[in-house]
Amino acid sequence: MLRTTAAVIAGKTARLAARVKGGGGSAFPGLVAERIDPRFLEHALATVRDGIVVVSGTNGKTTTTKMLVAILRAHGRRVLTNPTGSNFTRGVISSMLKDLPLSGKATADLAVLELDEAHALKFAEVVTPTHALLLNVARDQLDRFAEIDHTADLLARLAAQVSAGVVLNLDDPFIARAQARLRPGVRTRWFGVDSSIAHRLPEVLEQDVRFAEDWQPPIPGSDDGLLAPLDERSFTILRGGEAGGEAGGEAGGEATAYIGPVTLTQRGLAAMINATAATTMARELLGPAFDPATTVRALQAVSPPFGRGEVIDIDGRPVELVLVKNPAGFTVALGTYGSTPVATMIAINDNDADGRDVSWLYDVSFASLRERGVAMTSGVRAYDMALRLDYDDVAVAAVEPELILALDAFLAAHPDEPARIFCTYTAMMALRRTLAERHDLPEFGEEGAA
Amino acid sequence: MNEPASKGSVTLVHLYPREMSIYGDLGNTRCLATRLRRHGYTPNVVEHHPGGDLPAQVHLVVGGGGQDSGQARVEADLARIGAQLVHAAADGVPMLMICGMYQLFGNAFITADGTRLPGLGILDVTTQGNPTRMIGPVVLDTAYGPVVGYENHSGATTLGPGQEPFGRVLAGHGNNGGDGTEGARTGNVIGSYLHGPILPANPSLADALIAYAVERATGRAFEPEPLDDSLADEARGRQVRRLTSTRPGR
Repeated sequence: MLRTTAAVIAGKTARLAARVKGGGGSAFPGLVAERIDPRFLEHALATVRDGIVVVSGTNGKTTTTKMLVAILRAHGRRVLTNPTGSNFTRGVISSMLKDLPLSGKATADLAVLELDEAHALKFAEVVTPTHALLLNVARDQLDRFAEIDHTADLLARLAAQVSAGVVLNLDDPFIARAQARLRPGVRTRWFGVDSSIAHRLPEVLEQDVRFAEDWQPPIPGSDDGLLAPLDERSFTILRGGEAGGEAGGEAGGEATAYIGPVTLTQRGLAAMINATAATTMARELLGPAFDPATTVRALQAVSPPFGRGEVIDIDGRPVELVLVKNPAGFTVALGTYGSTPVATMIAINDNDADGRDVSWLYDVSFASLRERGVAMTSGVRAYDMALRLDYDDVAVAAVEPELILALDAFLAAHPDEPARIFCTYTAMMALRRTLAERHDLPEFGEEGAA
Repeated sequence: MNEPASKGSVTLVHLYPREMSIYGDLGNTRCLATRLRRHGYTPNVVEHHPGGDLPAQVHLVVGGGGQDSGQARVEADLARIGAQLVHAAADGVPMLMICGMYQLFGNAFITADGTRLPGLGILDVTTQGNPTRMIGPVVLDTAYGPVVGYENHSGATTLGPGQEPFGRVLAGHGNNGGDGTEGARTGNVIGSYLHGPILPANPSLADALIAYAVERATGRAFEPEPLDDSLADEARGRQVRRLTSTRPGR
């Protein structure tokens, strides 16, 4: 117990020190606490009674986690989460430290933690998750995960650790197959898209590495959630018939609307699928206490997380920051935002957190940018990005590897119109830090505390 | 704008674009097709999928890297069309085989448990399954000048006696992390671990493959147009300086 208290104090001190130096949201305080008490996380989560939920998958973790937390809090639940996007165990500890009493025991009812595929499994070795929400598998950072099959296997092994229930993506065979590895008695709920828009799945799921010949999707049942979009950001969520729920089972009867219409602040099919996933998990966690109207209100109030379509007001004109990190994500981002062409900058770094291999840029089509062109490419791989665009016949007006020089030149060249910056993770962090200093934005890592 | 008359049509076959194209290998095909067009030729891109037939006239062949499951899915088809590829390679058809397809163009792949999986034997190389992956950015010295790319492979490849490498490693691991060689080259057939993809940032390599292909397709020497490669030169030059002038910081 004393050891845990010492770890809390040391961690809180490290957190303060890191924040004084302007490094909010770093994993360093968590590292300090973990060094002093290696079982810190296990101790801290021991008092969280109503569920320890891991959200994982390649794309949409941050947005989905934020939505699920918002729904649960709107239902009056106290929720511990890691809102910084620092999705590994030390980051989880770091973000918990702010609110932890010196006993080191969390006072929350539920923990909802965003973890990447590898760290989710490491977390499960220390703390058994009651629930897992698994979103999708796409090529991402193959320099870390080597193979997409390997990534899918990590998620299936995570699902095999869960003690109570999983929510799985009906439309992604890599995710849906994880059901076969569940412990006996663990419930499965499915989320996916309604058959009326199944033709739009290629926008959000990577097809070229998927082989569907031996895949039979399960029939959605009344506990499952199906997305039925109304427009770019409004939708309803349907549930399947009573008889569904089993792979290859009887047809589940008519799907009926039970949530919505909902209008999100974030645009696009991917965000609506994330909301469907979060809602389905909230139903699983809340049981009879789940309330559709409360859920709609909570979802409509969720603002986009930093860099996921966040709109920054710069002297009266909107500048959108869009995080891109893999082919599926960039393709979705171009599809979502490409319908309204604006002045565009693309910033590509190749640090560890970005993925050191930039080959994936050649698996994205940039044809939608051809008409308007790209005003600026930047980052360590600015010239590689410009070259990539050249091979799609997209004109690039300027190339400046230094991010802040590029930002200033870009904004100065397009003073009176909306602007959009697609950026990899470390480029986003650097650009946002500068924009936050200049325009008095909330510091990274401070949102989501409410 | 009037299109000038085409200098000729060139058939480019991309082997297994679904199964063996995981690290942006599509970019090589895109680069070759675009450069052919910019040089005034008409590219005819043919995707070869398992079970399909190769075109009667093939002027250029490219193949990429895949997962183990992808390799397993193409093995039977590769055995079926193997004799045609061996014949075309011997006849001088230029080919660029990256990563997994490079391994399959070799003599054999020996798995970690000692099983010998035979390859086409177009390149005199043998690959041994290896528990540790070789991952990271690469700079090579090649007959086509400095070449940059990114490697990510678990197989360690050894050149047979007399087999010419594609390049010498200036930064990175190369074939096996030991002997300083990368890839293999026999006639107009090049095997390499470099994706990135390899061709866009290394246009002299792309144009060399195009030159061989154009000669076969048209019976005339390659007549290039002056292309502006300044973006490629800057992208490549920065990687060369970054990776060879000082020790990489990571």
